[in-house]
Amino acid sequence: MTTAQVEILVIGILTAASCALVGSFLILRKMAMMSDAIGHTILLGIVIAFFITQDLSSPLLIIGAAFTGVITVFLVEMLQKTNLVSEDSSIGIIFPFLFSIGIIMISMYAGSVHLDVDAVLLGELAFAPFDRFIVNGVDLGAKSLYVMGVVFLIDLIYIILFYKELKIVTFDASLAAVMGISPVIIHYSLMSLVSITAVGAFNAVGTILVVALIVVPPTTAYFLMEDLRSMILWSVIFGILSGILGIFMAFYLDVSIAGSISVMTGVIFAIVFIFSPKKGLLTIIQRRRNQKYEFAELSLLIHLFNHEDTDREEIELNPQNIIEHFKWNKKFLKAVLEQLIKDGYVEFEKDLLKINKKGMEYLKTNSIYNINDNKTCCN
Amino acid sequence: MEDYIIKVEDLTVAYEKKPVLWDIDLEIPSGTLMAIVGPNGAGKSTLIKTMLNLIKPVAGRISFWGNPYEKELKRIAYVPQRGSVDWDFPTNVFDVVMMGRYGNLGWFKRPEKIDKELTMEAIEKVGMTEFAKRQISQLSGGQQQRVFLARALVQDAEIYFMDEPFQGVDAKTEEAIIGLLKDLRSNGKTVVVVHHDLQTVPKYFDWVTLLNMQILGVGPVEDVFTDENIRKTYITRN
Amino acid sequence: MNFLYDILLDHTLITVGLGSAIFGIISGVLGTYAVLRKQSLIGDAVSHAALPGICIIFLITGTKETSLFLIGALISGIIASSVIMYITNVSKIKYDSSLGMVLSVFFGLGLVLLTYIQKIPNANQAGLERFLFGQASTLLKFDVKIMAIVGLLVVFITSLLWKEFKLLCFNSEFGASLGFPIKKLDFLLTGLLVVSIVMGLQTVGVILMSSMIIAPAVAARQWTDKLWLMMILSALFGSISGITGTLISFFVPKMPTGPIIVVVMSAITFISILFAPNRGTIWKIIRDRKNEENINNYVLLAEDRK
Repeated sequence: MTTAQVEILVIGILTAASCALVGSFLILRKMAMMSDAIGHTILLGIVIAFFITQDLSSPLLIIGAAFTGVITVFLVEMLQKTNLVSEDSSIGIIFPFLFSIGIIMISMYAGSVHLDVDAVLLGELAFAPFDRFIVNGVDLGAKSLYVMGVVFLIDLIYIILFYKELKIVTFDASLAAVMGISPVIIHYSLMSLVSITAVGAFNAVGTILVVALIVVPPTTAYFLMEDLRSMILWSVIFGILSGILGIFMAFYLDVSIAGSISVMTGVIFAIVFIFSPKKGLLTIIQRRRNQKYEFAELSLLIHLFNHEDTDREEIELNPQNIIEHFKWNKKFLKAVLEQLIKDGYVEFEKDLLKINKKGMEYLKTNSIYNINDNKTCCN
Repeated sequence: MEDYIIKVEDLTVAYEKKPVLWDIDLEIPSGTLMAIVGPNGAGKSTLIKTMLNLIKPVAGRISFWGNPYEKELKRIAYVPQRGSVDWDFPTNVFDVVMMGRYGNLGWFKRPEKIDKELTMEAIEKVGMTEFAKRQISQLSGGQQQRVFLARALVQDAEIYFMDEPFQGVDAKTEEAIIGLLKDLRSNGKTVVVVHHDLQTVPKYFDWVTLLNMQILGVGPVEDVFTDENIRKTYITRN
Repeated sequence: MNFLYDILLDHTLITVGLGSAIFGIISGVLGTYAVLRKQSLIGDAVSHAALPGICIIFLITGTKETSLFLIGALISGIIASSVIMYITNVSKIKYDSSLGMVLSVFFGLGLVLLTYIQKIPNANQAGLERFLFGQASTLLKFDVKIMAIVGLLVVFITSLLWKEFKLLCFNSEFGASLGFPIKKLDFLLTGLLVVSIVMGLQTVGVILMSSMIIAPAVAARQWTDKLWLMMILSALFGSISGITGTLISFFVPKMPTGPIIVVVMSAITFISILFAPNRGTIWKIIRDRKNEENINNYVLLAEDRK
């Protein structure tokens, strides 16, 4: 691998990790789409900063962009606080508005200078190595490397320092307020970091796909994990994995790196969603299938128990009638019966199905309620 | 011999991963005002939703006058929980009550004069005439409940299912509603109510079903609503 | 020569204006349902998700036939919305996370395909990039004809199924108990929404689409409590912004059409939120102040009487 490729890889990893860190809290706060909004409005911030500085490589661009991100959040909340607009509608109104202003400004005034909108939006990590960080004539590496490195550190330190506060504010804002933690401060500081991360990341994946890195790996971890710490850890792992796999996919197929990374986040999610041993789709389907039989067996046993020694015994315990009453088809009943007989829970007494002692034991341990020894039904 | 018009046989219902109702047998006669009571999570809402064909059971059979729900739905009315709806929706009282006529209208047809008249009648019955054109977000909890009830009344059904109609409702509205339900009963209708308040069961209802995933008692209140049965119903299982 | 020029310009203006107006109506009508069902941002997700569909069609057919692109976008969009609903319903993952996931992953896939296409010799993907930002100014008569047909279809179905859709949005459980096939109605409505989004991509593009779905309906809601009026106003606002935006972009040099339409629509929305009677914010402030005055006067009078 060439140096440039290594640099790309490192930048990608740092970007993915940073996004995963802030993304974890963002999705827990059900603000996933806010990352989409911020990602877009950053363009406006960059444009305005550019108009002021007239310099494409000015650090003011980053600051301006991050600032716009926070303003976006603020405007969305202001709109929502009127109680006339829901939160997601507010997002969907504000960001296109701000973004449109950005595009209009570019089209009308920046015609002479090439502010490549595509690059800003879609990002092209491939060009990152060409933008060098040169101090006193010494080439210290790709600029993005340092930018993302710093961003990652900031995100990491923030999360470590404010872990407790973030946790409480995310899960119980009123409790936080009672404890003297200001949900507002935590909220806006988190959103500022999301903005800064998004701006730093736009170099790597462009603003639109920042959403992928901020939302998908944390959601995958959320699906899989039960506690916050593991979730954050796995967000970062999934994020970095997506970054690495995506970059290699892009190298191999010679396609967009940003797109490849996004696709990879999705692929990893799909794999976890479907194949995860405890919660994956396949397991759930299998479990439901097993449960169907389990429930069927239990409901049949309960039925036998309930109607035993009652005046309707003759009718209710006759397998023929069971088919009708339960609305099961013959095949299903046969399968359930066979299993019950095999397990030794039922016996045939003349024509009627009866539950036996072993069956009673099974019922007692497996059903979720106490079997009353007195019957509970029947008119 | 009681005339049973609603029959639930061997009903088992699972919701998501957990089973909620086991082997439920239930027969409800006509002209009854019946409460379904039980602790939270006992499956009361699930039971009536399954009876209304909104949930598919694991096993069991439900019939109305000997027929499945789809055949008799025109004679059955449903009053869902108040919280199941966004009351900020741009519509007024009249409009919501009119929805009760949609089943009768069928596909595509617009409401006609007769529908409008029946709707106003139902609104009058629940005492909301002056609010007919009021936007529903401006209504109090009790008023919202009356609107839901009117919507059921306009269906002119034989059987009425209601899910917690007295939840969060003021005393006056509660009185008015139970009055209307008793009227229905006197007219030979059958009213099945998921009820949350044990205290008022003897006062309001003549039949009761005690439910906690299984039926622990069903029948006339005098016979079935005993301390022992109530205790059995409300002991937390597990 | 001048004379011909005028006509040509006029023709394009009319075409684009008409197309934008029709698009405004369609998105206004269907956006009303989306907003009321709390599915506002589905427009954002579906429009981003359309990109891979378009690319795949291009890879298969090799042509840049708009109608084919639209079919590709439609299929892609429907798959996307189905995936979103599925993930949300089947797991603990929340709706907004599902939206964000599908949006970015599908779009990423589209990008991959796009960059792949870019390397095919003679592949000019200007037509494809049109879908990112929309280029209303390049709307053709044919495009507008399709939009008109879709528009008529949407209006027809909406009025035919007026009460059915109302049930679906307001109280689907109750609707099901009446015997209406709620799931099928849901699918139909979502399908219509996806179709309208796909149509609008040419006008405002992927990024600005959510605004045109949400803003007209939100603006309209501030002026009325009646659903039918809300929908008409929504369509009206949508088409007004379409026409106005088109006019502005034609007379102001270098003004891009899509964005200016969105700016006009947003302005209408902000004005509605501030000034609409009864709900409007400014209105409420004025009313509160009047109430305060009244109370103060009352207190003064009461004190006088003592």
